[in-house]
Amino acid sequence: MFLINCPYCGERDQQEFKAGGEAHIERPKQPTELSDDEWAEYLFMRKNIKGVQFERWNHAHGCRKWFNMIRDTSNDEIKLVYKMGEKPPSE
Amino acid sequence: MQKTLRVKTSEYIDETNSVSFKFNGKSYYGFKGDTLASALLANDVHLVGRSFKYHRPRGIMTAGSEEPNAIVQVNDNTDRTEPNVRATEVEIYDGLEASSQNCWPNVNFDIGGINNVISPFLPAGFYYKTFMWPASFWKKYEYFIRHSAGLGKSPKEKDPDFYDHKYIHCDVLVVGAGIAGILAAKNAAKNNLKTLLVDEKNELGGATIFQNREFNKIENQSSSDWLKKEIQELKNIKNLEIKTRTSVAAYHGYNYLLARENLTDHLEKKDKQGKIRQRLLKIRAKKVILATGALERPLIFNNNDRPAIMLSSAVKKYADFYGVICGQKTVFFTNNDSAYESALCLHYKGIKVEAIIDIRDNSDSKIVKAVKDAGIKIHWSHTVVNTSGYKRLKNISVMKLSNDGMSVTGNKVEISCDCLGVSGGWTPAVHLFTQSGGKLSFDEENKVFLPNKYPSEQISIGSCNGDFKINEIIKNLSKDLKDFLKIEQADFDNISVDSYEEKSKRNIWLLPSDKPIGKTNPFVDYQNDATAKDIRLALREGFRSIEHVKRYTTTGMGTDQGKLGNMHALGIIADTAGVKMGELGTTTFRPPYTPLTFGTIVGRNVGEYFDIFRRTPMNDWHIQNKAEFENVGQWKRGWYYPVNGETMHQAVQRESKAARESAGILDASTLGKIDIQGSDALEFLNRVYTNAWSKLAIGKCRYGLMLNEDGMVYDDGVTTRLGENHYLMTTTTGGAANVLGKLEDYLQTEWPELDVYLTSVTDHYATASVCGPNSKKILNKIIPDLDLSDDSFPHMSFKEAKVDNIKCRVMRISFTGEHSYEINIQASYGKSLWEKCIDAGKEFNITPYGTETMHLLRAEKGFIIVGQDTDGTMTPIDLQMDWIVSKKKYDFIGKRSLYRSDTMREDRKQLVGLITDDPKIVLEEGAQIVSELNQNPVQMLGHVTSSYYSPNLKKSIALAVVRNGKNMMGKKLFIPMEDKTINVSVANPVFFDEENKRLNA
Ligand SMILES: [Zn+2]
Repeated sequence: MFLINCPYCGERDQQEFKAGGEAHIERPKQPTELSDDEWAEYLFMRKNIKGVQFERWNHAHGCRKWFNMIRDTSNDEIKLVYKMGEKPPSE
Repeated sequence: MQKTLRVKTSEYIDETNSVSFKFNGKSYYGFKGDTLASALLANDVHLVGRSFKYHRPRGIMTAGSEEPNAIVQVNDNTDRTEPNVRATEVEIYDGLEASSQNCWPNVNFDIGGINNVISPFLPAGFYYKTFMWPASFWKKYEYFIRHSAGLGKSPKEKDPDFYDHKYIHCDVLVVGAGIAGILAAKNAAKNNLKTLLVDEKNELGGATIFQNREFNKIENQSSSDWLKKEIQELKNIKNLEIKTRTSVAAYHGYNYLLARENLTDHLEKKDKQGKIRQRLLKIRAKKVILATGALERPLIFNNNDRPAIMLSSAVKKYADFYGVICGQKTVFFTNNDSAYESALCLHYKGIKVEAIIDIRDNSDSKIVKAVKDAGIKIHWSHTVVNTSGYKRLKNISVMKLSNDGMSVTGNKVEISCDCLGVSGGWTPAVHLFTQSGGKLSFDEENKVFLPNKYPSEQISIGSCNGDFKINEIIKNLSKDLKDFLKIEQADFDNISVDSYEEKSKRNIWLLPSDKPIGKTNPFVDYQNDATAKDIRLALREGFRSIEHVKRYTTTGMGTDQGKLGNMHALGIIADTAGVKMGELGTTTFRPPYTPLTFGTIVGRNVGEYFDIFRRTPMNDWHIQNKAEFENVGQWKRGWYYPVNGETMHQAVQRESKAARESAGILDASTLGKIDIQGSDALEFLNRVYTNAWSKLAIGKCRYGLMLNEDGMVYDDGVTTRLGENHYLMTTTTGGAANVLGKLEDYLQTEWPELDVYLTSVTDHYATASVCGPNSKKILNKIIPDLDLSDDSFPHMSFKEAKVDNIKCRVMRISFTGEHSYEINIQASYGKSLWEKCIDAGKEFNITPYGTETMHLLRAEKGFIIVGQDTDGTMTPIDLQMDWIVSKKKYDFIGKRSLYRSDTMREDRKQLVGLITDDPKIVLEEGAQIVSELNQNPVQMLGHVTSSYYSPNLKKSIALAVVRNGKNMMGKKLFIPMEDKTINVSVANPVFFDEENKRLNA
């Protein structure tokens, strides 16, 4: 059970949060211009890495804000949380 | 009780307080402080159960939670009965009843014992190989297997006890209150850290507390005396909370641990009443100190499982702590010095020690010398090759080991004995450490896995970290603790400790016998009857991964998770396969460390508290009027309102007719309501719904369909434009929370530039929906000054109004196809509004109807219910709702997916109506639909999603999803049921009033 540092509320128990899959996948601005393959890439393809992964999380039973998290899925170490719209750190 | 089996006891047994209990129906006496195991041993009862597969007689082997054999059912045939309880952990009380498991008909005569005689035929994988084939025989096998399997009996009555959950936050959690844990907790608390110390036993002090010999001295006192004073001091330390009878079950990431605190299991029945039985502690600790100790290992030799073959440390604990003699003639069998401690303990208490069998060549440590001085015979370089005695050990056969330890030589020596204390060394209890994600490394010299890489703020101290001697423990603890807690000085930096050094080591995972291995029974996992030869067989058959060998042989898969034998299993695999143990790794230790009761896991969340209920403001009226209720999500919704003993069918038929012939009223308060405001609210609606919203005038309502990004229907509902930048969206009852979450997600992450605010107002309003040809007249009685003419208040529009001076919102919308109004009022007035409608409607026979009638009425109209007629694989096109998908809008959620090659396939399943040839037959929802009856295999075209008998049409109607159904209008299809085949034809899903004339009636 993680202890998650919500960027708006501070440290809270994992059960207050909802995981929302891979982060930084932007919804295409012009979906109609995309081929089936390109749209499927956006819609279905997720990396699901063993190791350091960029994720979306939502403080569902708290401030209800979405934010980003960098987590090592092999040992659940949360390396960083940062707000939506903020650029991910380069390394 | 046989007086001779008790020796002078420690202060932990109260000999003045005799306790009466029953085991397998027979009455016995013990003392307060006894466990069921110690009390049975004091009564000379060693045989307590049968093994799982071969039903071999088994006795008490340990004195702790690692016990594999003495697994009992307590208080059978009462509401407090519990299976799979370790006799070594049950504290006895007056009236306790316990019985053996896994024996049928009883422990002394056991039918499954036949498996023992035919044991050569039950090797590893026997069950997999034998009972697979023929499949039709499985029912017969199952009866036999289940009847003779020792899984215990689950209680049949409601659990009379209650349970609790508690959250604890602390700076330091110390697990285990042996000497290491006590010193760590004391120092943490004294340095102003909020500390919690837990131990599974009822007394603090671990093994040191009965370590009353001169071989282990602290500050020139016996280590037990010294520790008792330390424990005394603990009581006066602030910041320190101590919980005994508390077993840590799981260690999760981020130092989140679950522990079970046992509060009443040791009490007599009358004292249990009204108290919390067990409490699940949910502990979040900044730092964790694991002081979980070590478990003594057995040795693996031929017939090593007979009753009265016990761990050497258990023999010692029964004598030292409980004052119980396990045998009149005891032999020890060992590969290390700790059995010598046990031998001396018995010797000093006047209990006869026949001999010590030691596989080592020699040892000249202080303690071995003391044993020699006591005149106890030591057989160096010897091993036990066989044992005898069916229900109790009688005799052992001993032979000399070859130099390589692979075989035996010389003459067989027979030793008569009634107890054998075995020690194969010690295994650090690293279970919790590995559960937390910790990685182990193998210490080749001592043949132990030790904590290596720590995943969180934690350390392991004492014997769970490989320090087995008291001087090592205290020396290393001092340094480790100061580093970990960042403190300057520890209390015990300069205390003098005197212990002995173990000078000789020898380890043989599988000890040889004079017989070939195939003719021996060297048990590795006692509870699951896995032997060393099973493990070898698994390797011969090609299994390599330890996880596979474990499952194939069932080693380590019992309720004890193989706490005793896992290391030997690994050792035997490593030796046989010729690999190093460090490279082999270990199997995964999974929570819980010891089994938890369901009661503890669910705590207070039982009965009506299992899940929360949501009730509408009209709920009391529904109850008073004898409504039957239906669960919709967490809501309790009125399902139907039977009168004069009507069946559900009768009530629904009556309600449905009344709603169409005169007037009906439905409590629609549960529909999700989202208040949407902001200058971009209109643009937002255009993006989230499939249809166009730009032309919706203030005061108008519109039905909307919401998709997922994959093009599949997600939710639907009517949205009303209340003002220039103000909308009220309704959602399905079950979808409300998810829809809000989804909309917030898009607003926060994809479209943060939109000026839109969402507020859930589901609970703020109560909604009464009045429908039917007389609904207008009823509304006119309630709100006389509201102009209800079609010109002023047409279908799909909204008005603000007042009922008795209370503001309300009235929408003229319809889910039944009838002329109808939804009145929304502040929730606290919901019941008054409802009663007012009922009063006003009396002259029109206004009929309250529930969800079942609502479903029937909408099915007559072919309106879908998201989640019933859709299942996350239906597009609006599949639902034949092309009319609601805007062609003009550039984008909306899910639009692009509607043009994927897969979603455009003609032969997708599509929503159609079905009419049965026989109008009286009502189809079963979920029934499969086929077009050919004589196909093999028959191709399923789809299934029935909604089905009713329509009283207004006087025939059976159904909605269904059928492959390519759009192009099948009028086609005959079949619904094969168990006893008959039903003929149907495909029809338009709108069965009733296709021209919508009734909306304005
Ligand atoms: Zn938050």
